[in-house]
Amino acid sequence: MPTIGNAQLKLLEKLCNACSVSGDEGEVRKIVLEELKDHAENIRVDALGNVLVTRLGSGKKRMKVMLSAHMDEVGFMLVGDDGEGLFRFETVGGMDVRTLPGKAVLVGKHHLPGVIGARPIHLTTTEERRQIIPLDALRIDIGPAGGKTRLGDRATFATRFQRNGPVIIAKALDNRFGVVTLLELVKNAPANIDLLVAFTVQEEVGLRGAKVAAYAFNPDLAIVLDATPANDLPSWDGEENVSYNTKLGFGPAIYIADSDSFSDPRLVRHLSRTAENEGIRYQFRQPGGGGTDAGAIHKARTGIPSVSVSVPHRYSHTAASIARLDDWKDTFALVYAALVRLTPDLLASERK
Amino acid sequence: MKNLIQKLTETFSPSGNETVICEVIRKEIKAFVDDVSVDALGNLIARKGSKSKNGLKIMLAGHMDEIGLMATHIDGNGFIRFTGLGGIRLTGLTGSRVRFMDGTPGIIGAERLTDLTKAPSLEQCFIDVGASSRKDCPVKVGDVCAFDRPFLDLGNRMIAKSMDDRIGCAVMIEALRTMKASPHELYFVFTTQEEVGLRGATTSAFGVDPELALSVDVTTTGDTPKGSKMEVSLGNGPAVKVKDGGMLADPRIVNWMIRTAEKAKIPFQREVLEGGTTDARAMQVARAGIPSGCLSVPTRYVHSPSEMVDTADVQNSVKLLVALLSAPVGL
Repeated sequence: MPTIGNAQLKLLEKLCNACSVSGDEGEVRKIVLEELKDHAENIRVDALGNVLVTRLGSGKKRMKVMLSAHMDEVGFMLVGDDGEGLFRFETVGGMDVRTLPGKAVLVGKHHLPGVIGARPIHLTTTEERRQIIPLDALRIDIGPAGGKTRLGDRATFATRFQRNGPVIIAKALDNRFGVVTLLELVKNAPANIDLLVAFTVQEEVGLRGAKVAAYAFNPDLAIVLDATPANDLPSWDGEENVSYNTKLGFGPAIYIADSDSFSDPRLVRHLSRTAENEGIRYQFRQPGGGGTDAGAIHKARTGIPSVSVSVPHRYSHTAASIARLDDWKDTFALVYAALVRLTPDLLASERK
Repeated sequence: MKNLIQKLTETFSPSGNETVICEVIRKEIKAFVDDVSVDALGNLIARKGSKSKNGLKIMLAGHMDEIGLMATHIDGNGFIRFTGLGGIRLTGLTGSRVRFMDGTPGIIGAERLTDLTKAPSLEQCFIDVGASSRKDCPVKVGDVCAFDRPFLDLGNRMIAKSMDDRIGCAVMIEALRTMKASPHELYFVFTTQEEVGLRGATTSAFGVDPELALSVDVTTTGDTPKGSKMEVSLGNGPAVKVKDGGMLADPRIVNWMIRTAEKAKIPFQREVLEGGTTDARAMQVARAGIPSGCLSVPTRYVHSPSEMVDTADVQNSVKLLVALLSAPVGL
């Protein structure tokens, strides 16, 4: 059985260090296409930039299973040039402005180094330090070395991937975890199903790539691979933490409901039973806000039974997230086992 | 028809969990339709008749789901934290009774409030099912419940939870039963997940691919003390939607509905709803676009556990729907 090892970790590192802000996913797309060059005849890049891969199985009664993982990450776009390498910018995707000042960034295709500046403590008053610095007042500063930047260029955090035993720290774990997992599944495609794989674009700005990919594939069902926040730190006052979303170290997070979709209950059962039978840890993500590509996929055409599985990670959508290697390994193991066990019986009866 | 309304409104089926109400409705309509199917999102799609020379393929949508709550965490003392399904009103949440799909009843409580003039947030509320530990709590994360309130018949008015939109379902069912003949190929679609984003209507409209679409849903009124400024009142007849927060009804459909009501001497009122929307919004933009409108049943206290409709309005809604479907449509 395929598994996550050093080669996959190397690939995760390469993908996390790539810059791929929504609408400008070229860098990650290039890595994906390179990794899948042995399957090139089954690959196309669609009008929005999704990488669509088809791997047909063998045998009779194969289900058409769509797997999707988004290639884009949250970041910034330069929208104003103040001269001397100072740029006004907008955020791309959901970002907490409070977390931005003082962060190093990489700008544009040439990865020009820059910083989102913050006035040093020596020169601020106590009152100023109580205020949130609004986005309008922030600048990306790349200094006069510029010249290769244009308005519209994307920027992202300069954080480099680090691994320390069972711990992974990086930017963009949302959703490079999904991308590597999906690459491994394409390379080790189970023969009992037809695998329809979408590496999607523009998820962070509204599930746009997934919408057209699902329309094109028109699958029998879909499994979305993503990464989801773990907000599992203890409460400051010792009260029970009741809104953790997911917890690190508790395995893959299976979705029941989020802002954009209800998972198909048959698929939720299939995943949780697979985990129990295979002895793989899993957790249910707390129902609530947030969303994945499933929000678009399940509404495509006449409706597509869908479910999402995510790797939990703390500090999502900030400069640096932290995750556990085992949660990722178990996510891969669960999805692989669930695919191998898929038979058309699963959807033969009505959604219930 | 009141028995039907009672049966529908006393069934528990929050968004995403419409299986129970789907079975209830399937039983009610089976004898009156040509075929019935359920699609991937759980929409109940019933076809009646086929297209004659003067007929159209028409889709009607009434949503089966109702607002509800979903458990997100069971704490060490057996209290259930939850998230909302659909537009949950915070005022009046505490003290409400709920019922989970397996029948487990519970009440909603809240953390100690420091400001009694403000309604507690969803995060401050919890459900108490009488459990005293996580282990003896019968509810699991992901389980759903709906508000529990019995149907009440006041004669000229009826009150129930989930009038939104079981009253629309009831109007559609009653129209199916009383309609004599139609030149149209009719699709009575009882949709899912309307309250969380018109999701069932999105996929079923793609599947049915109609030439004309009508939703049958509730609309709010402006006839209560210091209520919203709105021309719709209980008792003035079914409302013909001109516009709501998410859709501009096709003016040809509005005119057709009004002409039909006038001809059949059915009272009606024109509706402009500033907030909210219905399945018609999703149907209108399905595929290459579908002329769409909405027949609304005026309803007070929408999204509270006690939604009130007028009995004559309901009967007239059925009459108007039957009249609309019984003759060729000249748009």
